[in-house]
Amino acid sequence: MKPRWLLPEHVEDILPPYAWQAETLRRQLLDLYDRQGYDLVSPPLIEYLESLLSGAAHDLDLKTFKVVDGLSGRMLGIRADMTPQAARIDAHLLNRQGPARLCYAGPVLHTRPAGLLSSRVPYQLGAELFGHAGIEADMEILDLLMASLALAGLPATRISLGHVGLFRALVDGAGMDGGLAHELFQALRGKDVPTLQSLTVSLAAPWREAFLRLPELYGGAAVLRDARLALPELPGVVAALDDLERLTGRGNGTELAVDLADLRGYGYHNGVVFAAYAGGQARAVAAGGRYDGAGAIFGRSRPATGFSLDLRAILDSMAAPAPRNGILAPADTDAALAARIAELRAGGERVVVELPGQSAHRQESGCDRLLARQGGGWVITAIS
Amino acid sequence: MITLALSKGRIFEETLPLLAAAGITPNENPESSRKLIIGTNKPDVRLIIVRATDVPTYVQHGAADLGVAGKDVLLEHGGEGMYQPVDLNIAKCRMMVAAPVGFDYQSAVRRGARLRVATKYVQTARLFFARKGVHIDLIKLYGSMELAPLVGLADVIVDLVSTGGTLRANNLDAVEEIGQISSRLVVNQASMKLKHEAIQPIVEAFRKAAA
Repeated sequence: MKPRWLLPEHVEDILPPYAWQAETLRRQLLDLYDRQGYDLVSPPLIEYLESLLSGAAHDLDLKTFKVVDGLSGRMLGIRADMTPQAARIDAHLLNRQGPARLCYAGPVLHTRPAGLLSSRVPYQLGAELFGHAGIEADMEILDLLMASLALAGLPATRISLGHVGLFRALVDGAGMDGGLAHELFQALRGKDVPTLQSLTVSLAAPWREAFLRLPELYGGAAVLRDARLALPELPGVVAALDDLERLTGRGNGTELAVDLADLRGYGYHNGVVFAAYAGGQARAVAAGGRYDGAGAIFGRSRPATGFSLDLRAILDSMAAPAPRNGILAPADTDAALAARIAELRAGGERVVVELPGQSAHRQESGCDRLLARQGGGWVITAIS
Repeated sequence: MITLALSKGRIFEETLPLLAAAGITPNENPESSRKLIIGTNKPDVRLIIVRATDVPTYVQHGAADLGVAGKDVLLEHGGEGMYQPVDLNIAKCRMMVAAPVGFDYQSAVRRGARLRVATKYVQTARLFFARKGVHIDLIKLYGSMELAPLVGLADVIVDLVSTGGTLRANNLDAVEEIGQISSRLVVNQASMKLKHEAIQPIVEAFRKAAA
C-alpha cells in the first residue's frame, strides 16, 4: 500500500514550533508595513490566466499551475506570484491618481521549485509602491526591505543591486535585434563570459567591450566609479549609475553591493532590481525592483516598484524559536480557577487546561508552570 | 572558507597549474589519497573531490563555492543558478555524432526519419537533433556507447571524442560535430556576492592563467 502520509515532492508542512514563528513574523512584518501607510490587499488564489501572466516573463508562465474553469470554460491560473495581482488592483480598482502603497501576504504555488531545495508552496509577503517614477520610491522600498530583514534578525544579510535600464540602454545604443539581445541577456545572467565573447563578435568595439565588462562590474560602491570609466556615456547608462549611487548610500548597517550583470526579471523589470541574501543560503531570500507599466494591460500604466520575500526561506535562515512556555491548569470545576485562567489569558499568558485522565502526558503540553490550589486560591507553581 | 569542487583525473591534473597561478597548492594528491576533502597551503581554501557530473550540483547548491566542470556536463545539467565566468581551455575535446563506417548519415537525416541515438548526453542530443529538425529515439547508456551501433541497438551515438582512437578501433566514423568542449570555472551565485573579496582574486588568477 502506498503511504498515505506522503506529501508531493517539494511540498512541506510547517510544524510546531516553526509555524508560530512564521505567523509571528508575518504579523510583525505586516504591522511594519501598516505603520508606513501600506494598505493590505488579499487577492484570490486563482484568476484568469491572462491577468496573472500580464506582461510576465516566460519563467512565470512555466511556474504557474493551470486549470480549466468549470463555469466559464476559460483557463485559470493558480497564482505563482502576487505582484501582478497587486498591479491589477492598483491599475483598475483603486484608481488613485497619486502614489498607492499596497502590501500582501499569502501562499503561492509553483509547478517547479525555484531552487534545489525550494518549496513549491512558498509563502509570499511583499510591498509595492505605485505611482511614483522617481528614485525616492525605490529608496523607500529598499529601506522597507532592509527593515524587514532586520526585523527577522537574519544574520549576515547582503543586498545586491542591479539596473536593467543600463542593459537596455546598451542594447538600444548598439542597435541590435531582439534575438541577440535575449541571448546576451541569458549569457550575462549566468556571467557566461565565453558565450558573451562569441555573441559579441559582430558588434562594434565600444559595445563589445561594454558587454564584456559587465560581468566583472560587481562588488562594493567602487564598482560604480569603474563603470563610469568603462561604459559608454549614454544618458540611460549615466542615469542608471546615478540611481545606483544614491541607493548604495542607504546601507545603514546592511551591506549593499552592486552587480551590473544582475538582470533578474528582465522583460518585467525596467529599472533598479535588487536581491537580498542572508547568511549561508545560496538563494536570495527576498527580491524586487522597478517594473513601470505593468498595469498597462489592465487599462492604466503606472510607475511601480516593490519587493517580495518568501516567508519559508526567511524562516530557514532564522534561529530556532524559543520554546512556547505556558501554564497548565488542572481539570477542576472550581469557579475561582476559571476566573484565574481568564485573568492570566487576558494578561497574555498561554494557559492549557488539562483534560480529565490525561495528567500522564503533561510533558507533551510544553507547559513550564502549573496552577495549584493553595489556601482558598490558585497560584502558579513550578511543574513537577 | 572557500570550497572548490573538482573531479579526479584529467580535470584535476590540468587544473593544478591554474591553482598554482592563484597561489593554491593542494596538500595531497587525490589519486593516491582516499580523502574527499583536501586541504591546501591556504588555510581558508579547500578542495572537494566529486564525480565530474556532480560538480554543477555541488556548486548550484552552495556546497562548493567554485567548481571546474566540463561544458559537456554543464550542457546536460543546464547550468541554471550558477555563473560561468571563465573558459579554462583545459580538458578539450569535441562532442560528436558518430556512426558505423558505411552508414549513410546525411540521407538518414535528410529523410527526417526517426534516428536511434545512443548516448550518455541525452539533453545535448535532444537539443541538437531538435534544432536540425530530426526525430530521434534516445537510448540512455552509461558507458561503452561505441558498442550500441555495432550490435544494432542504435543507428548513431553522441559522445565525446578527443583523439578518435576508440571510434576507429570499433569501425565508427565521426559524422558531425555538435560542439567544442572544454572545462569552465563555475561559481555559486550567492558565494560570488557574499564572499566576493575572497573569490574574485581566484577567478582573476584563473582567467589570466587560462587566457
